Amino acid sequence: MIEFQNISKTYKPGHPVVKNLNLHVNKGEILVLIGPSGCGKTTTMKMVNRLVEPTAGRILINGEDISMQNPVELRKNIGYVIQNIGLLPHMTIAENVALVPKLKGWNKADYLQRVDELLRMVNLSPEIYRRRYPQELSGGQQQRIGVIRAMAADPPIILMDEPFSALDPISREQLQDELLRLQETVSKTILFVTHDIAEALKIASRICLLKDGDIVQLGTPEQILRHPANDFVRDFIGENRLRSEDSLPTIAEVMKPPVTSRPNRGLAEATMLMRKQKVDTLLVVDANRQLLGKVTMWDIHNRFQNEAILLKDLLRPVLYKVAPQDSLKEALQIISRHAIAYLPVVTDQNELVGVITRSCLVDVMAERWLDSETINLQEVVPHVDQSA
Amino acid sequence: MWTSLLEIFAARFNDILLASWEHLQLTLISLLLANLIAIPAGIFLTRRRKWAEPVIGVTAVFQTIPSLALLGFMIPLLGIGKIPAIVALTIYGLLPILRNTYAGITGVNPAAIEAGTGMGMTSLQILWMIELPMALAIIMAGVRTATVLIVGVATLAALIGGGGLGELIFRGIAMANSPLILAGALPAAALAVFFDYALKHLEYRTQPGNLAKK
Ligand SMILES: Nc1ncnc2c1ncn2[C@@H]1O[C@H](COP(=O)(O)OP(=O)(O)O)[C@@H](O)[C@H]1O
Ligand SMILES: [Mg+2]
Repeated sequence: MIEFQNISKTYKPGHPVVKNLNLHVNKGEILVLIGPSGCGKTTTMKMVNRLVEPTAGRILINGEDISMQNPVELRKNIGYVIQNIGLLPHMTIAENVALVPKLKGWNKADYLQRVDELLRMVNLSPEIYRRRYPQELSGGQQQRIGVIRAMAADPPIILMDEPFSALDPISREQLQDELLRLQETVSKTILFVTHDIAEALKIASRICLLKDGDIVQLGTPEQILRHPANDFVRDFIGENRLRSEDSLPTIAEVMKPPVTSRPNRGLAEATMLMRKQKVDTLLVVDANRQLLGKVTMWDIHNRFQNEAILLKDLLRPVLYKVAPQDSLKEALQIISRHAIAYLPVVTDQNELVGVITRSCLVDVMAERWLDSETINLQEVVPHVDQSA
Repeated sequence: MWTSLLEIFAARFNDILLASWEHLQLTLISLLLANLIAIPAGIFLTRRRKWAEPVIGVTAVFQTIPSLALLGFMIPLLGIGKIPAIVALTIYGLLPILRNTYAGITGVNPAAIEAGTGMGMTSLQILWMIELPMALAIIMAGVRTATVLIVGVATLAALIGGGGLGELIFRGIAMANSPLILAGALPAAALAVFFDYALKHLEYRTQPGNLAKK
């Protein structure tokens, strides 16, 4: 929908503010531009409605080069919400909201109806607020008016430059929720600037992280949380990272050494091993630690009288395994979905390298929620390994 | 003396009325001209800010010329009568209006202008719908200052044949007739007080913050 092609902007020669930016904003998404102050977010955004002209490159909207269009006409079809709201103090709320429809030549009945409809959309009663002046409204209410004013003439594109940053945290949360709710019904293409990563993670379809006029990373909140491109991104997402799945340790980090045996061992020997290790299943590997299968205590019990039987005669296939590079979340899902107690960790070459047990997972979970000093898990949680 | 004042008022009622009317005419015409020149000039200067300082500086120089001297300059240039008086009074009223128009518009919150531009207003629409309404209170304050100034200086217009209430005052001075002086001075003072009050009220009403209290 909006396409930045090799866009650069330089105010002071030698100090480019935006450097050769290429970015495609898709129809119907909320693309959030985020980055530290002065990284060129506002500049990038203002090039879309031509409040700033690029030094090089072009911007296409629906495939059309905007530098060929009349800026005044262009702007009437792009909603614009600025940080300091910019409501006009000498006009009533209704007059403020109706501005663009009026400029576009709507007739009075239509735009008055539209004003009421929009006020209701953000839970402000038209009867009360229509005739008020902006300075009679709270900051949060004014910002709502700023947002609906941008939507008044139903533009397909809306630009929002740190629209909620001046608000208290509660109003900010509310307005973010409202924006998401509105977006579900009206489905605009929104370019949203913020420096608040929590806000970005909450509302973005995709996040474009800028630094010194370059894109550092572009992706969904999920992608950015899971795979930060570098330390700058990691720093930037900071504490939010801890709340993501990606902050779980890897499988390689949490797996334990497996209790294994060889295929040609006898059942008595196997029973001794299981008793010593307090496990009810043995993983059977060959000399190269290739996983051959498993033997359970129950099978051994049933055939124990027959001294000729070896472990290889009781082998069962291992249905579920994970690889060391898989995410712990996957391991968690398999364990809970199939109600199993452990998962062998096997390399791509079928080499058994470890095992994930329920108790490993308890450790990991607990570490995320508890202070390690509050409780020593090794002592409290009984060590019931490899019970299948 | 009060009785003679009443007598004078009664005897010269028509003269006083005529002089007041002339005074009002001088004031309003000069004021209108000053507005017609200074407001567009002030707007223009906000579009050419480099020129603002020299232009406002020149009008400030006019202002520092003593009013009597300025009227005196008019005689060799335009002779005597109403026209040179009006020209001099207009020049006198320029500065406060020009300065306040410029200051009022340049002082408009840039966020409001950016919002307007971003919504697709032309620069003329921004002027009419945002800049002028938001600067109106400050412009009105300039107009009020100019009006009070002009009403006062207009009493001197009589010296170059411009007529007005000054006629009565100067005739009274020449004849050492205090009631006659007062017959000119009192209406002149009343006019100034009236304009000041009326414009102050208007100015208050035009402040964006007070719109709601209508
Ligand atoms: N009109 C301008 N003239 C000169 N420099 C500017 C102008 N606008 C922005 N800049 C500079 O460009 C850089 C990026 O600004 P901006 O896009 O506003 O950053 P952000 O919105 O990310 O904080 C800043 O260093 C700022 O000082
Ligand atoms: Mg900014």
